[in-house]
Amino acid sequence: MTRLTPVLTRNWDRPDSFTIDGYGEYAAARKALGMDPDAVIQMVKDSGLRGRGGAGFPTGMKWGFIPQGDGKDHYLVVNADESEPGTCKDIPLMMANPHALVEGVIITAYAIRASHAFIYVRGEVLHVIRRLQAAVREAYEKGYLGADILGSGYNLELVVHSGAGAYICGEETALLDSLEGYRGQPRLKPPFPAVAGLYASPTVVNNVESIASVPSIVANGADWFAGMGTEKSKGFGIFSLSGHVTRPGQYEAPLGITLRELLDMAGGIRAGHELKFWTPGGSSTPIFTSEHLDVPLDFESVGAKGSMLGTRALQIFDETTCVVRAVMRWSEFYAHESCGKCTPCREGTYWFKLMLRRLEKGQGSEEDLAKIVDIADNILGRAFCALGDGATSPVYSSVKYFRDEYLKHFEIGGCPFDPAASTVWGAK
Amino acid sequence: MTYSPEVRERLETDAKEIMDRYPRPRSALLPMLHLVQSVDGYISDAGQEFCAEMLGLSKAEVVGVATFYTMYKREPAGEYNVGVCTNTLCAIMGGDQIWDELSAHTGVGHDETTPDGKVTLERLECNAACDFAPVMMVNWEFFDNQTPESARQLVDDLRADKEVSPTRGPKRLCTFKEASRILAGFPDGQAGDGPSAAGPSLEGLKVAKANGWEAPKPGEQTEGTEGGDAS
Repeated sequence: MTRLTPVLTRNWDRPDSFTIDGYGEYAAARKALGMDPDAVIQMVKDSGLRGRGGAGFPTGMKWGFIPQGDGKDHYLVVNADESEPGTCKDIPLMMANPHALVEGVIITAYAIRASHAFIYVRGEVLHVIRRLQAAVREAYEKGYLGADILGSGYNLELVVHSGAGAYICGEETALLDSLEGYRGQPRLKPPFPAVAGLYASPTVVNNVESIASVPSIVANGADWFAGMGTEKSKGFGIFSLSGHVTRPGQYEAPLGITLRELLDMAGGIRAGHELKFWTPGGSSTPIFTSEHLDVPLDFESVGAKGSMLGTRALQIFDETTCVVRAVMRWSEFYAHESCGKCTPCREGTYWFKLMLRRLEKGQGSEEDLAKIVDIADNILGRAFCALGDGATSPVYSSVKYFRDEYLKHFEIGGCPFDPAASTVWGAK
Repeated sequence: MTYSPEVRERLETDAKEIMDRYPRPRSALLPMLHLVQSVDGYISDAGQEFCAEMLGLSKAEVVGVATFYTMYKREPAGEYNVGVCTNTLCAIMGGDQIWDELSAHTGVGHDETTPDGKVTLERLECNAACDFAPVMMVNWEFFDNQTPESARQLVDDLRADKEVSPTRGPKRLCTFKEASRILAGFPDGQAGDGPSAAGPSLEGLKVAKANGWEAPKPGEQTEGTEGGDAS
């Protein structure tokens, strides 16, 4: 049986975990600043760390793409815009352990030769922003940020920047536009941010959890990190269980753990009920069912079964839940959040919303299922960013696994489920 | 509407401080719009003109940005912005029922404000607290694990000026204007208040401690992944 491996969550039960006293001196940053920056990049490459924001791109390789000796300013931008439905790991991480992130920022910025870094945090989490602001201030006071950090001669400024409510800004190029003071709309890639990012300068954009994992790698070594997880999905990650689970919460485990194992630890599906469907990594990852309980939750295994590991946002729904209602609500979300730049996404998500609302009311036919799949085909791969692709995931996967449930709606001319039964209090 | 000389002077001082944080001044626009909300309670015409003037932009450019983001209010809002998450997971766990009952109880709908100017209701998208579902946010502070009863009580208390505390946040709930000032990058000194982590955030750590599980020590390889797919 796989065991949990608390690293980033290890100090969360300390009442002062969000202070330097509760976190500890920045020993890893001190060590890194004594190394050659390229050696730091190599170390992260060797660790096998892959992006924890959903895409799973090798972190060290991304850093290695920053051109060196180009005479340009380099930037590090932390993507703390956690907004993917179901994803709820970075927010508690920054609330309880912001210094892991700040220390990771110092190491990363040093490695890529950046002297300015930003934490772009979604605006809707006031207390998390307070904790970040306080951690950054503490780090400045201790001489971990600012000029001549720890006597190394290295200078770094770090700014906490609050967003203003837009899911799309979690997309890295939209985030950069937003940070430049524009509407947050994605850019066409290439050029990638490593070449032309913030202010058209070489920029690394990394997820909170990726950056927060870096100090542990520097402190304990690449082999230590690579010794956890699976062959191609190394290390640990925070798995977020939510929904119809006895004890929802944050479970930090090696990649490759299964939902069955996690559910065992979380007390199982809520009493008297059974698993119906779940997302492995947020609403943009195709849903799974009870037949996928033993799929190792790593990038390769989840991909091989037709979904994506994403952000390890395990939203669990039991048999009281109407899958059509779930997909309808996700579709409303994507329609609301589509930035409108690319026609297939803007129009496609709009029609998903209208059609799913109708289908959920039982006003539809089998032809409509072909129609929503056709709309999905016309969104997928046809927009600048992955928002539209994400919108197709619940549609495709629900039609694949729960076709009969859609048909049942049409047959009885309504929704066969009682929404009260799926509420927290409805089960009692 | 224009700002009085005193307000204008204060705004300019703060705006310059914000602009100084960035290599290029335009990056200050989002925090400056939060700053405008901290004074006016919404994105006022005067506020947009102020931002344009400070940053050397046209007003249209500022309006174009302000209207893109949902946290910027287009008209005067209540002292308390009360959000109910109605994204899929929270909706199914009870958020839809909470919304319906709260909307009926207050007589206002999405983005509408009670006649006493106290409470603006908002249907929220996912606020990254799914393990605490159903979730509500007041002025962007967490109110976790809500029920229709607790939601009604919360709104009644806010309208009666009773003290209300977020579940993970400072003891005293700040107003919408005060919250906006923090978002503009001016801390209120309350970071130390409230728990480090609470409830579901600690479940995994509790399981690990109960079983004596830790991440392996350096050199002690594959201990943590025994029986897993470890290489």
